[in-house]
Amino acid sequence: MNAPPDFSGAATPRERLVVIGNGMAGCRAIEEIIERDPDRFDVVIFGAEPRVNYNRIMLSPVLAGEKTFDEIVINGPEWYKDNGIMLVSGDPVVHVDRQAQQVVARSGRVESYDRLLIATGSDPFVIPVAGHDLPGVVTFRDLDDVEKMLSAADAGGSAIVIGGGLLGLEAAHGLSLRGMQVTVLHLMPSLMERQLDEAAGWLLKTELERRGQTILTGADTEAMIENDGHVAGVRLKDGREIPADIVVMAVGIRPNIALAKSAGLEVGRGIVVDDHMVTSDPAILSVGECVEHRGACYGLVAPLWEMCRALADGLVADPTGYAGSVTSTKLKVSGIDLFSAGDFSGGDDCEDIVMRDASRGVYKRVIVKDGKLVGAVLYGDTSDGNWYFDLLKRGEDVSDIREALIFGQAFASGGALADPDAAVAALSDDAEICGCNGVSKGQVVGCIAGGAHSVDAVRSTCKASASCGSCTNLVEALLTISLGEDAVESGPKTLCKCTSFTHDDVRRLILEKSLKAIPEVMHELHWTTPDGCSSCRPALNYYLLCAWPGEYKDDEKSRFVNERLHANIQKDGTYSVVPRMWGGITNPTELRAIADVTEKYNARMVKVTGGQRLDIFGIRKEDLPAVWADLNAAGMVSGHAYGKSLRTVKTCVGSEWCRFGTQDSTGLGVKLEQMSWGSWMPHKFKMAVSGCPRNCAEATIKDFGVVCVDSGYELHIGGNGGIHVRATDLLCKVETEQEAMETCAAFIQLYREDAHYLERTAPWLERKGLEWIKAQLFDDPESVPTLAARFRCSQSFMQEDPWAKRAAGERADLHSHLAEIRPLKLETAS
Amino acid sequence: MIGEWLDIGPTGQIEPGTARTLPVEGGEEIAVFHTMRGEFYALVNKCPHKQGPLSQGIVHGDSVSCPLHNWRISLKSGQALGEDKGCTPTIPLRVDAERIYLLRSAVVPGEAAGNLPALTPAVAA
Repeated sequence: MNAPPDFSGAATPRERLVVIGNGMAGCRAIEEIIERDPDRFDVVIFGAEPRVNYNRIMLSPVLAGEKTFDEIVINGPEWYKDNGIMLVSGDPVVHVDRQAQQVVARSGRVESYDRLLIATGSDPFVIPVAGHDLPGVVTFRDLDDVEKMLSAADAGGSAIVIGGGLLGLEAAHGLSLRGMQVTVLHLMPSLMERQLDEAAGWLLKTELERRGQTILTGADTEAMIENDGHVAGVRLKDGREIPADIVVMAVGIRPNIALAKSAGLEVGRGIVVDDHMVTSDPAILSVGECVEHRGACYGLVAPLWEMCRALADGLVADPTGYAGSVTSTKLKVSGIDLFSAGDFSGGDDCEDIVMRDASRGVYKRVIVKDGKLVGAVLYGDTSDGNWYFDLLKRGEDVSDIREALIFGQAFASGGALADPDAAVAALSDDAEICGCNGVSKGQVVGCIAGGAHSVDAVRSTCKASASCGSCTNLVEALLTISLGEDAVESGPKTLCKCTSFTHDDVRRLILEKSLKAIPEVMHELHWTTPDGCSSCRPALNYYLLCAWPGEYKDDEKSRFVNERLHANIQKDGTYSVVPRMWGGITNPTELRAIADVTEKYNARMVKVTGGQRLDIFGIRKEDLPAVWADLNAAGMVSGHAYGKSLRTVKTCVGSEWCRFGTQDSTGLGVKLEQMSWGSWMPHKFKMAVSGCPRNCAEATIKDFGVVCVDSGYELHIGGNGGIHVRATDLLCKVETEQEAMETCAAFIQLYREDAHYLERTAPWLERKGLEWIKAQLFDDPESVPTLAARFRCSQSFMQEDPWAKRAAGERADLHSHLAEIRPLKLETAS
Repeated sequence: MIGEWLDIGPTGQIEPGTARTLPVEGGEEIAVFHTMRGEFYALVNKCPHKQGPLSQGIVHGDSVSCPLHNWRISLKSGQALGEDKGCTPTIPLRVDAERIYLLRSAVVPGEAAGNLPALTPAVAA
């Protein structure tokens, strides 16, 4: 018996599949289709670029000189030939006629289709600033762009890359390797902020700067600078001008949806497709960076492959459907290991596990939610990136290995070793626990046996974990193993939950390690949270400000609202404003200005404060700069009633008016206030000067009080009129006004350098003891002048009126709304 | 651009780690937050505790500490965190091509929902 002849191939003519886009997505889709059913379609591919299909993500290595174009070609001419595919390159499709099922190319060429695949990818986003179309301004998208950059690099000179994202940094790296001086301009304050958290962004920036690139963050481009019809540089909105021979715009991509939109297909940000990559027209499919699937658009390569598989399955095999992609990122810059995947934005139901190893330059952060890994950021050591990514995609429960997760696959998968205590117990006695101080496990155990029963005691006896703190968890584990969990003593309170260090440790290490920025402190001291909390941020900001006067740049976002807006927030969200009145003395001009401001801005109340100043209540944040301008015009500056800073110097009228007065107490009060205003402190700081022991200025409940007597000045410290009333202790008696001021300056500086943030002088004095303070100031005759000189040095940077700067327009964003929303009534034309 | 979403301007207007405000005529003022990690969130600018302006708090992680009594509010859910109980309404937000969009229907108060809300640029203070 003969089998019936198979005529199917001849009986049904092949369907015609037209592909718009000869890029990675279009060609991969065809490969997937051919693999499943090589005879189903006659394929025509239209490409806008006049060349065969190449691996676009490898353009960076081509730019960097690590690869040639031939090496990144995916499908050469023979692939098209072997598979009977007609390639129309350099002739883009300009029109789709869905009715007639035809496409029209720029040359006028018409092709009919049974199925149409749109794979137009994305276009680089060009910031529409003046001069964006000048010669020398290029994007980084295709080989033409790379060739333009290479010819610019041949001539040497300097380049600007706008955009500190993945693409921008790869472009910058390539140009830098080609010998150009590269400046990266990034709008956001942190590089690659979509993939990296602040900590990893800071490490990356430091490394790129070390390699000679200039990285300007918070740089907002205003316009291109032109010279002889060619770009000559970039001008920023802050007025800075940076010269360059070539400007690369790499700020982002936009799905290319123009053709689909004009054809009437449903589009959002991208071309809307279902799980089988079918558009709103069943005859038309779409894949790649041009599509929007379940509200998401993708700009990375891995989702492309998944989409192409789903497309081919749906078209010629058993439909599987595309369910969206979890993406991961690796920066292709040689020598920099960086990995990010999933969602690292955290959340209340998420748990952050952070490990920092400053000496190796390693930062790792994994995010766990509902027992599952949902995100990971790795810098410096990405060897476990794939393992984390795999855990993430599989959505497996990681609760059992949670404790060991951050140490990586080798550790977490080690069965019994998944218990970190067991892992530490298994270490040999010679194993190094603390790399900074070279302390072995045997030494730590010996030190615990010798009576050190807390982390702090271990730190002070054998120095383990006393420097960078990255081995604190190992020391804790050794304490638990040696003593049992209940016998481990807790040490002094840490600065906050983000660190194992105390206030004193942090202050000491900032100086020892020369740490000069908040992210740097958090990295070097192994903070367990990515960007701290509302307790540690203001504390670190103060400690850095105190440690590096004139050098540290104040971080306003780490300040409480009052210090950020230079006014006191009230329960209704309005602010109160206290202008400075030196020593409590005022005059008609000042009083008139205060009266005028009160009426002009509808302030609801003016009140005399406990510190002898006038407080204007009910000012809106939008009006603050104008209020300050008016007060400045009358000669008044900020009263700092809002700050952890010198508040007021209260005075009595003293020998000038009072029949009991022994010295010029008002005069001394004014001088003290002029010396110390504007200084930031651990907490608020109040002073007073009384002209005689009757003490009308209440100097004995102030942080620093002066009581004048016939023979000189009694100096008192550590008083407080708050919840716990505390009378001052007598510090010393001096004979001259000059000595009183010098001692005051030295005392303030000692407090500034030693107290914990948010510790008033009263509890500080009780913690340290009056004798300690006296010893610090008076044991060495050089102490007072040295401390006073440091205070004056710091003051030389601090005594600038913050109100005047705001009144002149600085940080207008803090005082203005983004915009206002009003319901719009629709008006019909009559 | 897209009818359902209201364009409230470029992302660069809000420094990471801070928030800015958006008053709504006839509705609740909105606070738009930009976290240090680059995420954007929009919430009614009121703490569930004593209605403190959340926009003025310190932003850390994806939470904000209220400037009045230091309640910590989740930017994602609007829920008070820790021991405190309460919730601030959130407004759906998305970012596209470096611009911020709010869900129009969540911005406009109920009775005015028939009218299209319009955006007026704020006059710089």
